[in-house]
Amino acid sequence: MTRQDTSNIALDRRSRDIRARIVHVLGHGGRGHLGTSLSLVEILRVLYDTVMHYDPKNPRWPGRDRFILSKGHGCITQYVMLQEKGFFAAEELTKFCKFDGILGGHPDPKVPGIEVSTGSLGHGLPIAVGMAVCAKRDALPHRVFTVLGDGECNEGSVWEAAMSAAKHKLDNLVVLVDYNKLQSYASTYDVLDLEPFADKWRAFGFATEEVDGHDVAALERLLTKLPLREDKPTAIICHTVKGKGVAFAENNLKWHHKSSIKDTDVEQLLAAIED
Amino acid sequence: MRETCLDEVYKLAKTDQRICFVGSDLGFGTLKNFQEEMPDRFFMEGIAEAHIVGMASGMALEGKIVYVNTISTFLTRRCYEQVVVDVCLHNLNVRLIGNGGGVVYAPLGPTHLAIEDISIFRAIPNMTIVAPADADEMRRLMPQTVDYPGPIYIRLAKGYDPIVTNDSVPFRIGKALPMRPGNDVLLVTTGITLKLAQEAAESLASSGISAAILHMPTIKPLDTEAFFEHAREVRAIITIEENTILGGLGGAIAELVAEANFDPAKRFKRIGLPDVFPDKYGSQAKLMEHYRISASEIVVIATQFCRR
Repeated sequence: MTRQDTSNIALDRRSRDIRARIVHVLGHGGRGHLGTSLSLVEILRVLYDTVMHYDPKNPRWPGRDRFILSKGHGCITQYVMLQEKGFFAAEELTKFCKFDGILGGHPDPKVPGIEVSTGSLGHGLPIAVGMAVCAKRDALPHRVFTVLGDGECNEGSVWEAAMSAAKHKLDNLVVLVDYNKLQSYASTYDVLDLEPFADKWRAFGFATEEVDGHDVAALERLLTKLPLREDKPTAIICHTVKGKGVAFAENNLKWHHKSSIKDTDVEQLLAAIED
Repeated sequence: MRETCLDEVYKLAKTDQRICFVGSDLGFGTLKNFQEEMPDRFFMEGIAEAHIVGMASGMALEGKIVYVNTISTFLTRRCYEQVVVDVCLHNLNVRLIGNGGGVVYAPLGPTHLAIEDISIFRAIPNMTIVAPADADEMRRLMPQTVDYPGPIYIRLAKGYDPIVTNDSVPFRIGKALPMRPGNDVLLVTTGITLKLAQEAAESLASSGISAAILHMPTIKPLDTEAFFEHAREVRAIITIEENTILGGLGGAIAELVAEANFDPAKRFKRIGLPDVFPDKYGSQAKLMEHYRISASEIVVIATQFCRR
């Protein structure tokens, strides 16, 4: 399933609603990473709806599954999911990137439901390994999930941590890569090719699967039978489309980040989601 | 000093289940007793400092107190961003133990010389920096590192350094130690430069100059109260450190002196490494002498300052 630049999956009502909320948050902030937030939607939807254990009323519940959005620039999607699950009030979403808000352009642990500050790429997996190794050694049942960007996998620290995860047989660790094939400047193939990507993860000692990252049923099937292999960390390469669900933003590098979002942009984006 | 430090980590870990040790690819047999007796809390993770510091942060987020050890240059330069973002931004209980602070690894050349570790770490919010003068001071420091909140950088000296401290003043992280009274010149030291100041003070005394010594093993947070208390008495201040004169102990004291606007003004000098990459080998002692981080240099400057 390599070099799949499009997904034919039609989005259901829920996937469209989440996207509309993302667009509203983007509008409130007047800026943000849209394309990368949209490629993440189904991955986070399945994790928060079906897979992870957590308690919005007690975000630091020790038995929770840990989640690190290592590609922190996709945070709007996580904010929307956390708010929907009751981690904080809806009003916070209207203060995205505002001086007196708690939701910034990258995740911060002062936000209920966020474990660590990410945003500088290549940090999430080493931290996730540290968390997972503690759970293993202390015989605790919770799991550690982290979502990496494809461009993020240019960072050497990702592969240092991958070796360590395999060494420690962290079958309580799940890496999901949002492989939308576009980084900031150009395609991942042109900037720094990751292929053969799944084989790299396998070679680094991960039980690895590939999936259409917008196929909710397929994601659920995979993520409800974890670990993929006993004694091995899991890597799931999610083939996604940057900007998925907004035709004019799909695979469009101009929508990686926008520093000025106007009301008219919001209207166009919302209309496109319903197209 | 390194042996004492790691032995203390072992002893502390024996009584505190939260304590973990993470090394990179340390010398054969390092902390063998820890590895054998507490294998679940001992990690040797390879030459991967960025990962190691991130992993230690993940462990600290789970409630562990994590002691990370490797050579200073690799622990401060290679993974600076992990130290800033993972450790310090989250204000975690990670203790970074740097081998060979300063010019200890003189024979190995500039890649191994930690000439600016104090300076770059001093600029990070939440960081605490401690450079003990000898093994005895290290032994007094280590038990305090267990429950001290937030990150700590522990700078190790060469090892087998002469014992120059005593426990007449209780050691506390963040507190300066007055080592000698005096009313002409104040010598401010950190790490092994305490010994140089002691030699210089003896020599100055024989020529009628009274030198006080304020030892500051904790460079950050700096004990400004103690500094001003001692600075008030003297006409001149000299800082001595085995670190670049930019931004380390000398830089920190210079900032205090500049903003204090002493009236009358006090003479001031930073002794330390100049703003260059050392291009000589030899030994730590030889390099320090080459860059005039020495008792005789302290005497020369103090004498100039105190000449009427």
